[in-house]
Amino acid sequence: MSMDRVFRALADRSRRRLLDRLHARNGQALGELCEGLDMTRQAVSKHLAILEEANLVVSRKEGRVRLHFINPVPINEIADRWIGKFERGRLRALADLKHRLEEKTDE
Amino acid sequence: MSESKFVYVTYIRTSAEKLWHALTDTEFNRKYWFGCHQESKWKQGAEWKLTGSDGRLYDSGEVLEIDPPRRLVLKWRNDWLPELKDEGWSRCVFEIETDGEMTKLSVTHTTERPSIFIEKVSNGWPKILSSLKSLLETGQPLPRTDQPKS
Repeated sequence: MSMDRVFRALADRSRRRLLDRLHARNGQALGELCEGLDMTRQAVSKHLAILEEANLVVSRKEGRVRLHFINPVPINEIADRWIGKFERGRLRALADLKHRLEEKTDE
Repeated sequence: MSESKFVYVTYIRTSAEKLWHALTDTEFNRKYWFGCHQESKWKQGAEWKLTGSDGRLYDSGEVLEIDPPRRLVLKWRNDWLPELKDEGWSRCVFEIETDGEMTKLSVTHTTERPSIFIEKVSNGWPKILSSLKSLLETGQPLPRTDQPKS
């Protein structure tokens, strides 16, 4: 699944809001997700389709309704690719600094 | 809604057979599942166990359905923490589908009642599945997923 799609999907405030709502309560139908939002049902449905394409939301037909679930796997991939990597770099820099400082004490 | 349910989906550049092997092979498990591994005869009705690298039994259950390399359903309970054990059984469904060059893995973990166990494993599943994807695609698991959580 392309990360471009994930970032594009996350770039929109309304879509992030939908993800927050699913995070608060997982497995909601379209109607429930629309409640209290000043967006039309069509707009919510369109945003959900973009979130699904990015694999951030998974929908399942359960009985007569289609329920939407947040899929945290792509977010974990972003965290690892874009946060974990830099964190590791910083830790390495600190380790190097410590190493250099300790070398100086040895001199 | 009274049930607890999480759905995890990842697309992996591999074959359904390799993914099935990665999910069910003890040695392969250890590389991406925080050092844990599953043990089972992988037959319907067979016992199922998840054991840590220190030999502790974390979770146990039973194989409810098995259809390699497409579908695996486990009855799953935590055995390690009394409050989680008391919650009773959860159900975990693994589904594998070929989607073009990719293989789609869906993991659905459910309990019939609100569950702390399902909340707890929801921190682990995304990391385990991302690491499994990385391991199958690049030969390398993600950092820190090949050893127990500190």
